[in-house]
This record gives sequence, structure tokens and C-alpha cells, in this order.
Amino acid sequence: MAVAVARDTALAARLQPVTVPDGNGWLGQARREALARLRAMGLPVKRDEYWRYTDPASLNAPEAGAASVFDAGDEPPAFGAIDRLKIVFVDGVFDAAASDDLTLAGVEIERLALAGTADIHWAHGLYGVLEARGQSPVARPFAALNTACATDGALIRVTGKAARPIALVYVHASETSDAILHHCIKLEAGADLTILESGPAAARFTKVMEVEVGPGARFHHIRVQGRDHERRAATHIFARLAAHALFKSFTLTANGRLTRNEAVMELAGPDARAHIAGAAVGDGDFHHDDTVFVTHAAERCESRQVFKKVLKNGAVGVFQGKILVKPGAQKTDGYQISQSLLLDEDSQFLAKPELEIYADDVKCSHGSTSGAIDDTALFYLQSRGIPRATAQALLVLAFLAEAIGEVEDEAIAEDIRGRLEGWLARHGTRGAA
Amino acid sequence: MLEIKNLHVKLEEEDKVILRGVDLRIGPGEVHAIMGPNGSGKSTLSYVLSGRDGYEVTDGSALLDGQELLEMEPEARAAAGLFLAFQYPVEIPGVGNMTFLRTAVNAQRKARGEAELSAGDFLKMVREKAKALKIDAEMLKRPVNVGFSGGEKKRNEILQMAMLEPRMCILDETDSGLDVDAMKLVADGVNALRSADRSFLVITHYQRLLDHIRPDVVHIMAAGQIIRTGGPELALEVETNGYADILNGVG
Repeated sequence: MAVAVARDTALAARLQPVTVPDGNGWLGQARREALARLRAMGLPVKRDEYWRYTDPASLNAPEAGAASVFDAGDEPPAFGAIDRLKIVFVDGVFDAAASDDLTLAGVEIERLALAGTADIHWAHGLYGVLEARGQSPVARPFAALNTACATDGALIRVTGKAARPIALVYVHASETSDAILHHCIKLEAGADLTILESGPAAARFTKVMEVEVGPGARFHHIRVQGRDHERRAATHIFARLAAHALFKSFTLTANGRLTRNEAVMELAGPDARAHIAGAAVGDGDFHHDDTVFVTHAAERCESRQVFKKVLKNGAVGVFQGKILVKPGAQKTDGYQISQSLLLDEDSQFLAKPELEIYADDVKCSHGSTSGAIDDTALFYLQSRGIPRATAQALLVLAFLAEAIGEVEDEAIAEDIRGRLEGWLARHGTRGAA
Repeated sequence: MLEIKNLHVKLEEEDKVILRGVDLRIGPGEVHAIMGPNGSGKSTLSYVLSGRDGYEVTDGSALLDGQELLEMEPEARAAAGLFLAFQYPVEIPGVGNMTFLRTAVNAQRKARGEAELSAGDFLKMVREKAKALKIDAEMLKRPVNVGFSGGEKKRNEILQMAMLEPRMCILDETDSGLDVDAMKLVADGVNALRSADRSFLVITHYQRLLDHIRPDVVHIMAAGQIIRTGGPELALEVETNGYADILNGVG
């Protein structure tokens, strides 16, 4: 009882500074339902099974902790060389002047802020819907909070093959900004879209992306979570895949005080493929958590989870990944790997791989390791004249290669590798930053 | 070329002395062989010269062209012209063989103040040298030594040697794990690199490699010291009588 009261008090305090939008349209209704979900589950506490390794305190706090606005200096903006349609959000608010014209053949793009007033909207069938499905069996309070409170975001419906990627660019302008964004992306049968995400967004960022991938549709997602050292973020991707659909997501995270990236994938139609990958590099006050839940609900689906982390100076990495194979999901092919490279003895990697299988003709594997740079390999490279720092960087990039390999577009993969090389050059691989 | 004087080495982690006063002098263009029973310190000598961690030099020196090797980082020794062909070449998943070769060649050129090779020149050079060693394009594309057979790994070592053009080459049991044909191929690769200003130190258990790579001088090492030095006939003596006679002769 005392616990329940404490949870209610914490939630009331958390919601106090937030304006929960009202309104009677489809959006208002979805928000009210989300708020009810949130009240039923409460905010997370460290005792909760999926919050044991990540302290939710700074995400629960009523106000966002201050984060100085970070200047990336000489580093070019992410995906700068890629021809893309930019949608810019500054501290969680759409910036029309900084964004491109939102017209793209085969794609409808709309602001969440403007869509709520429509009587009928395609997003009605998606906004908060996948999030609600993803609350069981594991509660995701910040996703419900997001659905209840988000006032901005992009609604993207794709009917054909998008001629170029859509880039969601997040700008952090205020030191105490507490941004909430909610995107819905719907790919109709056979559609094809690449979404790029980049930028620090806010001092505290809560984001939900719901993605419905229709039959035979293809969705690629590449995200660069920036070098801003002090920000905190709790992000969620909820995806549901129809028959023969493809979903591929890759995230590069460099620094950031706290990052919790949750992904909830549902392979709902036969022969669907979901790949989710991440490369995280952290130096010092860095806590990075990948929490992934993949449900195989149909036959002959394939899922891959590939997460790699490079940690130094007391950085902490967390991986909680689950594959659930439902009854009848025969011929499932599930793969999961989580690995960390600890560059010193102060850093930590905590991993919880889980498999739960209710079908008898499946192939599922998982592996988790943590280790240091291989001294023998390092000596071998040095003995060929490669300076120690270069040799270490080569080995770190080699360690991350399997995750980066999930990025299909070679120009984008090159952008990611260049960013990692820059990070390694700035932070080195051993000793102080 | 290489001058080792009174080299004493122990393991860093434990009080085990491995080299107890090694003296060796290799002139330009000479090929020396070191033979000896297991545990005599042959491989340690190669690791200490190339700068591997874990060993402590308690006395002595090793000069390459008058420069003290023992105070340099491994990469500086390589840039100075030293090359070690590993007994067990290391597999490095995720690093392409080509990337590795190009990074190494250019790092050494940079350290010596030379211009880096252009991508085209590098490619031409590597293809030429790979062909002579029967290394196909597929092997060059794969990660360093990953999935290579024993023979392929050793050929890859010789390819690196050919690309880096060192002045002082140490071959640590390059014949181990090779069949006769593979050994011949590796030996041909080494012989092609022999020149008046390049020297070799060939470490081996067996005389058979020395049939293919003819040494000028043969040393026998035991218990961390060179106990006998002679011509190629010394290797034949070992082959016929084993090490026991030589060791007893000293003892």
C-alpha cells in the first residue's frame, strides 16, 4: 500500500509541470487512455525488474536536470552528405523555417500538433496503439507518459518508395528543455522509407516512434545520438511487421549522461524480418541502456539483435534483450548478440539476454561477452609499424563492425564510421579523456 | 646490422629468467639460423627484439644499425626496419587484410618521413607481390588471417614482409605446421627478398627449412644462451645426432 501511495505521489509530481493536452478528438481520446495506462502502472522504481541496471530517478524527476548546450565544434552535422528531407525540432517543437518543404512523392508528412483536430485520421489507428500493445508483458511507463503528453512529432504515411530519406533533426537550445516527441510512421503494402534521426534534442528527451510496416514494405532507420555529454534520453520504438515486411534499425550513441533506448518489435505476419542494432561509445559519466523485446508471432520470421558497446572511464553499458517465440511461430530464426569492449577496469557492462520459446521448430541463439582489447592483436599490428593509438582504433572499429554492418546504405555506414573514428581520435582508447 | 650484446631477459610477472647473456652479431645480407630444443629461449629472443609486453630486460643491449631497439615502441622498431614473422600469426576479425597492409605500409612511410602510397600504387604493389606467393584476391579481402589455413597464414606473413621491405627479418618457426610444398613456397618468398642489405634471423627446430633457406651461420641455443656457432654443417649435425650430444659436449 505504501509503495502504491509513493508511486502515485511520484507520478503526480512528475506530471505537475507537464501540460496534459485535452480535447475530444481521436487524439484527445488516445492521450486520455495513455494517461490511464500510466496511472495504472506508475513511474518505474529501481526495484522493477527492467530498471535494476538503470536508475530511473533523473527520468522520474519533475524537472529535467540542466544540460549545457553542446557545440560539436568541427564535426560536420550527421548525414550531411546524404540527400535527405529535413524535419527540424528545436527543444521538441517543430521549426518550419529550419525544415525543408514537407512534400515528397509517395509520402504524406504532417505535424502531430495539427492532426489532432481532424475528425478522421489514419494515425488514429496507430498513435498509442502499438505503444499500448507493447506495455505487456513489460511495462514501459515513459512511453505511456509520452503518448499522454506529446504535443508535437511527425506523422508520416508512405504509399510508395520514398525518393530520399526523411531526416528528423533534433536541436537542443535551452539548458533545461524537457522535450517530448511522438512520431507515427505507417508504411502501406510495398512501401519503402528510410528515416534518419540525429541531434541532441533537449536536456531531457522522451521520444516514441510507432512504426507499422505493411505487407512487403521496407523500413530503414538510422539514428545518431549526438556527442552532447550532459543530456538524458528515454526513447522507444514500437514496430509491428506484416507478412514479408522488413524493419532495420541502427543506432550510434556517443556519450550522453543517460540513454535508455527501448525497442519493441512484433513480427506479426509470416516471413517478416526485424533487425535492430546499436553501437555505443561512452567515456566517463555515461550510462547507456538498450532494452529490446522481439516477439515472433508468425511463421518463418527472422530477427537479429546486434549491440556493441565501447566503454571507458567508468562508463556503464546495459543490455536487456528478449526473444519471445509464440506458439505456432515455427521456423523462427532469432539471433541476439550483445558485447562490450571495456577499455579500463572502471567501466561496467550489465547484460540480461532472455529467450522464451513456445514453438518446437525454431532456431534461436544468443551470446553476450565483455572483454578488453586483445593485447596479442594489438602487438601484432604495432609490430607492423602501426602506431599504438591507430592500432587500438582499428581494433575498436573492428569490434563494432558487426553492428555497423546492419546499415545497408554504404554512404550512411561511411558517415557512421567517420564519426566513430572522430570520437576515438578525441577520446583515445585508454586513460583519461 | 643487428648487434645483440649480453642480453638478459626475465618474465615480467614471475621470477623466471629466460635469456642469460645472448651475444649475436648479424652483418648486412647475412642469413643466420638459430636452432635449439624447446624452451631454450628462441621465441623469447624474437619477442624481446620486436617489443612484446611481458618481458623485462635486466641487462644488455640490441642495436639495429646502431640504434638501441630495446628502448623503442614496437611500431618504432618496425619503422626502423625490423620485422618479425610470427610463429602463430594473429587472427583479427573485422580488420580487412588490405586495410591492415595499407595502414602498415603508410604508417611506416610516414614514420620515415616519406609520402604515403597512393591507393593505385599500393594496389599494384600488393597484387604483384601476392601473386608471387600464390595469395589470391579473396585472401586479401578477408579479415586478417581469419579462416586462413596454416600455410596461408605463413604466406601472409611473407607478403607483409615483402610489402614492408624491412632490413632485418626475424622468422620465428616459420616452418611449423607447413607441409613440404607450403614450406617451399614460403622459402621461395624469403629467398626472393634476400639482398646485400637485408639480413635474416631464422629460428627453427629442424634442419629441413635450412635446405630451402641456406644460412651463412648457424647458432645453437640452449638454456638462454648461444652455446655453439658454426656453418650450415652444424644444422646437419643436429639433424643427425639431435641436441643431446651438443648439450653434453658443453655440459
